[in-house]
Amino acid sequence: MILIRNVRLVDARGERGPADVLIGEGRILSLEGGEAKQVVDGTGCFLAPGFLDLHAHLREPGEEVKEDLFSGLLAAVRGGYTDLVSMPNTKPPVDTPEAVRALKEKAKALGLARLHPAAALTLGQEGKHLAPAGLLREAGAVLLTDDGRTNEDAGVLAAGLLMAAPLGLPVAVHAEDAGLRRNGVMNDGPLADLLGLPGNPPEAEAARIARDLEVLRYALRRSQATPRLHVQHLSTKRGLELLREAKRAGLPVTAEATPHHLTLTEEALKAFDPLFKVAPPLRTREDQEALVEGLLDGTLDAIATDHAPHTLAEKEMDLLRAPFGIPSLEVAFPLLYTELHLKRGFPLPRLVALFTDGPRQVLGLPPLHLEEGAEASLVLLSPKERPVDPRAFASKARYSPWAGWVLGGWPVLTLVAGRIVHEALK
Amino acid sequence: MRHLLDFQGWNRPEVESLLDTARVMREVLERPVKKVPALQGFTVATVFFEPSTRTRISFELAARRMSADVVSFAAQTSSLQKGESYKDTLLTLEAMGVDAYVIRADSAGVPHQATRWVKGAVINGGDGRRAHPTQALLDAYTLLEALGTLEGKKVAIVGDILHSRVARSNAELLPLLGAQVFCAGPPSLLPQSLPGVHLTPHLEEALEEADAVMVLRLQKERMEAGLVHLEDYIARYQVTERRLARAKPQAPLLHPGPMNRDVELEGGLADSARSLVNRQVQNGVAVRMAVLYHLLVGREKA
Repeated sequence: MILIRNVRLVDARGERGPADVLIGEGRILSLEGGEAKQVVDGTGCFLAPGFLDLHAHLREPGEEVKEDLFSGLLAAVRGGYTDLVSMPNTKPPVDTPEAVRALKEKAKALGLARLHPAAALTLGQEGKHLAPAGLLREAGAVLLTDDGRTNEDAGVLAAGLLMAAPLGLPVAVHAEDAGLRRNGVMNDGPLADLLGLPGNPPEAEAARIARDLEVLRYALRRSQATPRLHVQHLSTKRGLELLREAKRAGLPVTAEATPHHLTLTEEALKAFDPLFKVAPPLRTREDQEALVEGLLDGTLDAIATDHAPHTLAEKEMDLLRAPFGIPSLEVAFPLLYTELHLKRGFPLPRLVALFTDGPRQVLGLPPLHLEEGAEASLVLLSPKERPVDPRAFASKARYSPWAGWVLGGWPVLTLVAGRIVHEALK
Repeated sequence: MRHLLDFQGWNRPEVESLLDTARVMREVLERPVKKVPALQGFTVATVFFEPSTRTRISFELAARRMSADVVSFAAQTSSLQKGESYKDTLLTLEAMGVDAYVIRADSAGVPHQATRWVKGAVINGGDGRRAHPTQALLDAYTLLEALGTLEGKKVAIVGDILHSRVARSNAELLPLLGAQVFCAGPPSLLPQSLPGVHLTPHLEEALEEADAVMVLRLQKERMEAGLVHLEDYIARYQVTERRLARAKPQAPLLHPGPMNRDVELEGGLADSARSLVNRQVQNGVAVRMAVLYHLLVGREKA
């Protein structure tokens, strides 16, 4: 039994408290205290349901030099995540039921965050032949995606949506038109022209979202079950507008935005530092404002990290050759708590919803709220501010675009079904 | 000036001081013994992650004319082939006591990145599409020789502007000296914007009353990427005797080399009286001597 005393409660429904939260048998037993062996003083802190990340690259199998299940899932619990969806673009890609099972079993034995593997939509993520969706679902895959690549063949994507629909699996897309994107390494526009870096235009994202929404309409018309499309790491104002229209029209589409697109802009590329090289690229202030609007009005369902670790040596290559990606599992919540809630008054319950019920809904999971009887997957967040120190990361990627940023809202206690998996109280 | 990366944040007196030094160096190069001891004891490394014989030789000659020791690193014959990173390559050279690095790379920003890794002076020898500052300096020097001043002068730059570091560096530098820069090229090879520069898809607009014309090399890769059709380019953008009639009489003609005769430039024009191509090459050594002098000796004094 654990008792968290005098703590404010925040979930998707709102903020309340203070309460004395008694935890036992993996559940919240009471919000009014009780006897417990372990007592945690929650004064000044707030308690939220455990976070779910829809989009993390844990690199196992095949690229353990960048990250593995242990380092990645430890980073997750330190970031307040109790559940995490791993992307299938490993080496080899996760496109067999055996691979899904192996990941689930290994992660379970680690006893950190719970792993929900995403599997490849197509064999080898090559975009040509569908992977065995039904078998992958049976093995425990929660989502199908060729993320890391773009789905150039719209017909294959349509077939994938049709196959996934009766299985209840969402299909997630990295929506960028490969032809327009070409070899772009930063947002296309006057700054890319000035810096002499190949540009990846915002229209590449919008064009692909527009196409994929038509593919979804096609699948919807052809299917008895509801096909569900999930748009990953939305980065542009125009893309957001297309999604808003689609949602208004009732299309079964969901979308996520990342901590980096919400807190950084293309201006960061001025220092020619590949730490800021990511796909889709960091955009303009205007795009960022549109994304924040989208978080508020529900066009965006989730904040997902797109945690994409690489070795420091890789991120110190030149801007053409360095790989795309920013690691963020350990800073995502503090970053948005500080930059959106503290600095801009973004409502805290909505922010928490974007880390909890929003992503849960994308996967078809029931909401998780702080109430008697609820599963005790929880995160205790401290308002105490401290600077981001990448050297202390659990992730193997010990660098960060946010190094030195002073943030509050750090997870000091993470519980998965009543079990403490991360503790930094003192 | 600690490094020469580009001309962002530079002012006119700084540029003029550098060009004044280049004039002194030009005189040295006219002497029977073309060598001064100014950089004795300094070591200059040319670090070419992307091959370029002309620029490398020009820098090495510039360093040797001033008695510096020169070491040269070329990607094709080096540890880079064994997977060594740019950073480790530079740190190795640093450990050997190099004072200045001339860095050439196919990616924009490598010289900027290098300044975070080494203590020595970094000179951008051309980085991707980004900048080629010593080329722009030698172009400015050559233009000043020919025109006397750049104040109010119209300079046309013609060709693949989008992918050209020479165009970008000249677009930064020449306006600092009072010039009006017009960049003309096929629309698929033009950037959206460059600060302080007129961009146009109409060659005639750029050439009209131009005081000088700079022609850029059209690279084969652009045709291979499907961005432009070679014959269409030649028909509409080749700088020819007839088209040059729009420019001021005897407006000088520049080309950074290497040249594709009869592609971007009508073959014979390169050898005509108005061509300053050889002068550019000669001035290149003097300008690079001036840059090395300012960075190494200037730094000692600072």
